[in-house]
Parts: sequence; C-alpha cells; structure tokens
Amino acid sequence: MVLRLENIEKSFRDSEGVVPVLRGVSFDLAAGQTLALRGESGSGKSTLLHIAGALEAPDAGHVWVSGKDLTTLDDRGRAEMRRTDIALVFQQFNLIPSLTVAQNITFQSALSGAVDRAHVEQVTDALGLSSQMKKYPEALSGGQQQRVAIARAIAAKPKLMLADEPTGNLDEDTANDVLDQLLKLVAQTGAALMVVTHSPAIAARMDRQLHLKNGRLT
Amino acid sequence: MIRACLWALLSHWRRNPVQLFAYLAGLALATALWSGVQAINAEARASYDAAAATLGEGQFDLLVPRQGDGISLDQYVSLRRSGWLVSPVIDGRLDGVRLVGVDPVTSPTGMGAVDILGDGEPGLGRLEGVFANPQTALKLDPGVQVTVDASVAPGLAIGDIGIVQKLLQRDDLTRLIVLPDQPIDQPDLSLVAPGLRVQPAQQVADVAQLTDSFHLNLTAFGLLSFAVGLFIVHSTIGLAFEQRRGMIRTLRSLGVPLRTLVTLIVAEMMTLALIGAGLGIILGYLIAALLLPDVAATLRGLYGAEISGTLELRASWWVSGLLLAVLGTAAALSARIWQIAHMPLLASVRPRAWVTATASRFRLQSVGAVVLLGAAVPVALISDGLIAGFALLGCLLIGAALALPAVAAGILTVLERRTVTPVWGWFWADTRQQLPGLSLALMALLLAVSANIGVLTMVSSFRLTFVAFLDQRLAPELFVQTETADQSTALEAFLHTREIEALPLLRTGTTVADLPVELYGVRVGPTYRNSWVFLDAAPQAWDLVQTGKAAVVNEQLARRADLWVGDVLQVTPDLPLPIAAVVGDYGNPQGQIIVSEQVFTGLYPDIYPTRFGVRTSGAANLRAAIVTAVGIDDGAIIAQEAIKALSLEVFEKTFVVTSALNVLTLGVASFAILMSLLTLADLRVPQLAPVWALGLTRRRLGWLELLRAVLLAGLVFVCAIPMGLGLAWVLLSVINVEAFGWKLPMYLFPFDYLRLGFYAMVAAFLAAAWPALRLMRTPPATLLRVFARER
Repeated sequence: MVLRLENIEKSFRDSEGVVPVLRGVSFDLAAGQTLALRGESGSGKSTLLHIAGALEAPDAGHVWVSGKDLTTLDDRGRAEMRRTDIALVFQQFNLIPSLTVAQNITFQSALSGAVDRAHVEQVTDALGLSSQMKKYPEALSGGQQQRVAIARAIAAKPKLMLADEPTGNLDEDTANDVLDQLLKLVAQTGAALMVVTHSPAIAARMDRQLHLKNGRLT
Repeated sequence: MIRACLWALLSHWRRNPVQLFAYLAGLALATALWSGVQAINAEARASYDAAAATLGEGQFDLLVPRQGDGISLDQYVSLRRSGWLVSPVIDGRLDGVRLVGVDPVTSPTGMGAVDILGDGEPGLGRLEGVFANPQTALKLDPGVQVTVDASVAPGLAIGDIGIVQKLLQRDDLTRLIVLPDQPIDQPDLSLVAPGLRVQPAQQVADVAQLTDSFHLNLTAFGLLSFAVGLFIVHSTIGLAFEQRRGMIRTLRSLGVPLRTLVTLIVAEMMTLALIGAGLGIILGYLIAALLLPDVAATLRGLYGAEISGTLELRASWWVSGLLLAVLGTAAALSARIWQIAHMPLLASVRPRAWVTATASRFRLQSVGAVVLLGAAVPVALISDGLIAGFALLGCLLIGAALALPAVAAGILTVLERRTVTPVWGWFWADTRQQLPGLSLALMALLLAVSANIGVLTMVSSFRLTFVAFLDQRLAPELFVQTETADQSTALEAFLHTREIEALPLLRTGTTVADLPVELYGVRVGPTYRNSWVFLDAAPQAWDLVQTGKAAVVNEQLARRADLWVGDVLQVTPDLPLPIAAVVGDYGNPQGQIIVSEQVFTGLYPDIYPTRFGVRTSGAANLRAAIVTAVGIDDGAIIAQEAIKALSLEVFEKTFVVTSALNVLTLGVASFAILMSLLTLADLRVPQLAPVWALGLTRRRLGWLELLRAVLLAGLVFVCAIPMGLGLAWVLLSVINVEAFGWKLPMYLFPFDYLRLGFYAMVAAFLAAAWPALRLMRTPPATLLRVFARER
C-alpha cells in the first residue's frame, strides 16, 4: 500500500471553540490506483489531503506513506518524505516565479538530488512544454502553468501524488486536457494518485471515489 | 537540496534586480556615512595621540612664563644651577608647520620626540635637521633639512633645540619640562625664577578632550545617516520576504525543512549584507577622504588641533561599520525569520499584500511613539551630559518617526471624507493604503528633514549670535600686539598724547575652583560699557568692576563652576570678589574672569599688557603712525575688519562638514523613497489595473502617482517643522551647553525652512518620476493580465 490512513482525527479552533474537521477517517490507496475525494466545501477534503501529504499532522490516528508512519516523524522527517515519496499539485500552481519553466520542473527532483534528464524530457514532451522551457511562469497561461506544476510533480518520480482541485482554475477544455495528461503520466509511473475535487466528471474518471461529509467518509 | 534551494532563493534577486540594488545600496549608504565619519574620527584621534606621545603633553608639569611667550636662556640656566631638573622646549611655527625643539640630553624618558631624535647615530647628521612625516615634510621650505619619519604627528616637525632655535631665528625658550624626580632641597621657584609659574600636567589642554564634542557631533550624524540607511534595508527586506512568501511556502511543501530554509535565508541575506557593507566601507573611505580637508581646517581653526591630511584604513572604523551593518541587518531580519518560523506551512497561497495596512502595527508604532516622546520629557528635565542630550535627540526623532504613519493616516482620512469627487476620493484612500509600504521611506525623510531644520536653525542662530558677539568684542578699530614692556609703555604714551582711547589687555593663566581659567585685567571705559551685552548682571555691574569690587565671568566658567551673579569668586586665595555679570563668550572653550586693570596689577605687578585695543576713526593713518612713532612692526597691528573676516571664515569652515552631512542625509532619504516606490511598482499594478479599466488613463495614473509622492513629502515636511525646531532647541540649549559651555539664543528662519520644504518635495518628485514613468508606459496587456489571473 502506498497510502494508508487509520482513524484520522483533526480539529481546528476558531472564535466559536473547537471545530472537528475529520472524525476517524480510514482508507488506503495502492500503487497505480487513482482516487477521487469529494465533498462539500468545509467537509475536510483539503485537510485530509494535507495530512496525507505530510504537510500537516493529525490530532489522532496514523498515516503511512510507503510504509512509513508520518505521525512518528519530526518536521525534518516529514520534509524528507515530501521531497522523495510525495508530490503535490495545487489549484494555484505554486510555481516559483523567479525560476524558468525548466528550472521549476526539475526543482523538486533537484531537491532530492535525483534529476533524471531523460525522464524530464519525456514528461515535458508529453505535456507539450518543450517550447516553453526558457520562459518564466508569468508568461504562461493558467493551463500551461498547471502543466508545469504536474511536470514538476511527475519529474520527481513520487510514489504518491496528491492533487488539490488541479483543474479548478482552468476552463473546461483545458481542464480535460490537463487531466488526461495527468492520468496518463501517473499510469506510466505507477504512482498512486489522490485528487480532491468538486467535479463529478473528474471523479468519474478515477478508479475509486470517496465522499466526505461532516468529517466522515460516507 | 541546499544547492537547489539556494538557487531558488537567489533567483528572486536575479528577477528583481532593483530590489537587490535597493538592499545593497541601502546598506552601502548606511555603512558609508557611518564608517566615513568614524574614519575621520579615528584619523583625528590617532593624530592627537601621536602628538601627545611625541611631545609628552599632559604627562609632565611645565614651567611657563607668567608674562609674554618666552623664557630666557638665563632663567633656564639659573634653574638648572639651583637644582631644578628641567628640560627646555621651544615651540613655534615655520611655513605653517608647528616646529618643536627639544633637548634630547635633558628630556625625560618616555617622550616620543626623544626616541625619534635618539634613533640616529649619536652626534651625527640626524641632529642637524628636523623630523617630520612625509606630508608635513613637503610643506617645509626646501632649505630646511628634513628627515622623513612617519611616526611624527601630522603638522609637526621636531628637532634638536639648537637647530629649531636657528630655524625660528629665536634664542628664547617656550616652556620647561619639569622632570618627575626633583631633588628634595630644591629652592622655591619664586626665588629662582619669579617670572615663571608651574602648569600642572593635568591642566595642559588635552586636544582629544577639547575636540570630543566635535567628534561626538560627527558620530551623531553618522548614526542618523545609518538609521536612515537602515530604513531602506528594513523596507527592502520586508518587501523581499512578502514577495517570497509564495516561494517559501512552495519550498516547504516540496520538502525543504524549516531549519534548512531559515539557515539558507539568513546566510543569503547576511552574505548580501556583507557585500553591501563592504561597498559602504569603500564609499565611506571616499567620503572621509573628501571631507577630511574641511574637518582638518575646522579642527585647526576651532581648537588649534592638527590632524593628518591622509586617511589610513584603520581596523577600528571599518570593523565597526561592518559590525553595525551586520547587526542592523540581523535586527531587520529577525522579525521576518520569526514570521517564517511561525508561518503555518499551509498559509494562504495568495501573497498577503505587503501594503495591506495592519492596524496592530500602526497601534504598536503609535504606542512606541508615545513612550519615546513621553520619555523625552523627563530626560530633558532631569538628566544632563552630552550622552543624555543625544538620548533626548534620539527619543524625539525616533518617537516622531514612529508617530508619522498614524498622523499621516489620520490626515488622509480627513481629506478622503471631505472629498466629493470619486477620483479624488479614490486618490486619498489609495494614498492611505500606500502608507504602510511607504512609511519607512517617509520616516527616513522625516528624520532627514527634521535634522536639516534643526541643524539649519542651530547654525544660523549661532551665526547671528556670533556676528553680534564679534561686534561686541571687536569694538576697537585696531588691535596692537607689543613684545616688550617698553613697547607697551611707549604705545600707551603715544596714544595718550593724541587723546586716543586705549584698551590694554592684561592676561595670565590661573586656577579657579579647580578649573584652569584665563584672568584678564581690563580698563573699564565707554567701549566696554556700551558694547558688551551681559547674559545676566547686577545693577551697575561695570561700576562695581571698575572700582575693584566685583568681577565678570564668561558663561563657560559660570556653568562649569556653577558660579553666577552674586556668588563669590575666589580669584586668588586672598582675593574673593562677587560676580557682577556673566557674559556670553562664543569664541573659545576656556573659562575667563575679567577684573579691573587695577585689581590685576595689584595681583600681578610684573605683568604688563601685550595687547591693546585702540578706538579711532582713522585706522589707516593711526596704524602708520604707530609703526613709525612707536616702532611696532606693521604685522603686529590688525584691523578690526580683518579679525572679523578671519573669525567668520573659521566659523563657516566649522560647519562645512555639518552641511555636507546634512545634504548627504537628505540624499539618502530621497533614495529611500525612490527605492520604496520602485519596489512597490510591481505590487501597484493589481491595485491600479481596476482603476485603469474604469476609465483613468495610464498617463493620468502616472501623474497622480507623482502628485502623491510630492504631497506625502509635503506632509512629512509639515510634520518635520515642529520636530526640527525641537531638535534645534536641544542642540542649542542642551548639546551646546554640554559641548562648549555656552547656551545660544534660538532664532527662526521661516524662508529657509520653506526652501528646505521645496527641496524635499523636489527630491520626492524626482524619486517618484521613474516609477511614475514606468507606470505610464505599462502595456495594457500587463494590466489585463491582472484580470486574467483573477479568473
């Protein structure tokens, strides 16, 4: 299993007191499998994705990625997991504006010290980014920027790929195109993919669908 | 990982070269002015130390003449024969160089001059010439045999006493050094040499001590410039971090550990800080080299202190500059690092607009302002001393700077509420929104303009007072210097026969209330009665002085000894005199007592007047008559206008450095505005795009940006006026009293302030011109992209 979550609980504190967001969520995800996590706004989808991505720690429960329990790791350990085993794709792209497209794409693999030039070339060709490599993110359209973000994630050869509304900022045609390429590349690498989405159409294209409501899987 | 991460961090500067320039330039400017003045101070102190070490000043008691400037060889021989262990010194000037002759055989050990003279082969050529450092050697006539020796203090040449006497064409001595170990059965000095008196070592004027206030003033200016420069650094660091929030979040989410990230950011910023500071030190060296001749002229004019004309790269000043720059950067950086360390990894991706006003920050600044301005009151009332004076200045300036954003925001809110047209309503609201982003630059401008107003008021008040003082003190039309008692008697007789009012001046050094003072005996007459203006006086003060019942003291002595009108002054152990008046004295730092001619001659019957003031309506004819009839050299007669002109020239030179530093500080503040506007330019695009879309042309927006800068500078100027006047009051009433011993009246110069305000607004206009031009030329596509991103 690439990802395994067991009885995950998470609460936040706001002006009205403690607000539980996740209440005992458990599931797992195997290599090569794709999963859509759906739910209404505020249902805890993104929080769950962040916990799975070692960005945030749960209040209770355990998270295993590639067999390692993230809840036992410190900040440095979690950071290492993000460099080596996990890749994230965000709705806002999160590219580094001062680096070129080429530098952005190789950035995460460079952090882990394992840039595979051939693999990068293959990914950029597949995503149609070869002619954009010397440009800076600001010169690209939203669809192109999201392709760069996907290329960065795939180039790092992660075991687990997490995408938070990856096409939320794109028009329908571009969104479909980007999703096609994402699924194709994930299939080629054999990584597990979890996508947080509102869209039933996107969810329908995943192997599995989970629905979160009031912090519980339904 | 470290390499990739560092590459990403540095790429920010590559993509934002203006920001990098602002950061480096801010640090360079801050360090430059600080290290520049420290370089000057270090050079001057080294020169004082070298002179003191060479001549043994302040180390040994001296025998000096009670009267005149010379000691005869006979007096010296009598002293030696009677058992006094003294060593002769001759001191004079040749070709603008101080020439000092010592006797290597009898001089006390530990005197640098003896080491220098004793370096050569005994009795050989070295004792035939004088020794001077390379710069001083060039000034001496080629006919003088000079041995170059870098260890000799600047402006000084030393040699064997015989050689120096020949060069100066004199056969007398200036003073005698009293050796530390004297025989027990030594006869009393008054018996052997009644014309001489002992000047204890601690009473020898210490040049370093005298010039302390001058150097402290320079340091204060350097610190002010450093603070203004740090505003730029602080502002740039703040912007750079805000713009990199997204990058930092991405780096963290891609697996860079917090500690690694913080370490890399600190290393990156500190390396850049060291580069900026290094550039600043080079710049500081150049500034110091540029200002050094003026400083040298000031110190020579004010204190008679010689300093080297060339600058050395001394570790003391460049290390302090580097250290201050690093500490300043670290202080500016620490808050940002704390933010990163505590920023939730998943904080909003949308960059929190740097210009978004945070009410809490303004509140905090306002509280700081109230605390500092409140603290200024007890500091002003209770504490004294130069350091306390500068602490008061610091409280006032920093307090005002902290209060500025809140005050400006209040004024802009009022303007916004009173505006009815939508464009102007937006303009005021938008200006208010820019305040947090511009506040540091505006604070820097406030500091610079306040300092300019304060120093301008001080210098101009000083100038007015000084001119009035010269008119009082230099009332006689001619001043005559005599060399012998016979010459003095002849001059008096000559003037008497022509019924010309003569004002002989008797002078000697003495000690009162443990302070070295100059005692003057004057002939009280209409000139003194009509010309001198007292700061405080008893009724009929001059009558009391004339009848020998009272004395006049200068303000310096009154303040140092805390003796005022009505207090009794112990002029000598046997002569107590009440103080009839205190007179302002802006020409020297020494304490002075003025008694009547009769009282003075009663105390010192052997002393005759060597200086005379002469009242005449035909100065030129009388001058010629004195030369022919009395035989006084024409060079010993000085016309009133010449002394006034010379005094004013010295005065103007004194403040050349201050003016230069003032201009530099204003320049740095303008640069701060330019950098803030340039670095904000990119953030402005999303704010201006909607207004552009609603129908305002880019050209009009550009002009509004210019207008905004000028109006803000105007606002700063208005706030700077009370602050500058407060600063002037502190300088005149606190710092000057501590530094020189006198308090100056404060005058106001409204037209000069308006001119300064105009300069500040022109500086802001020029600083805003480039960013405004860039805005006017922003392609519509760039503005449209803002909406594309929002989609």
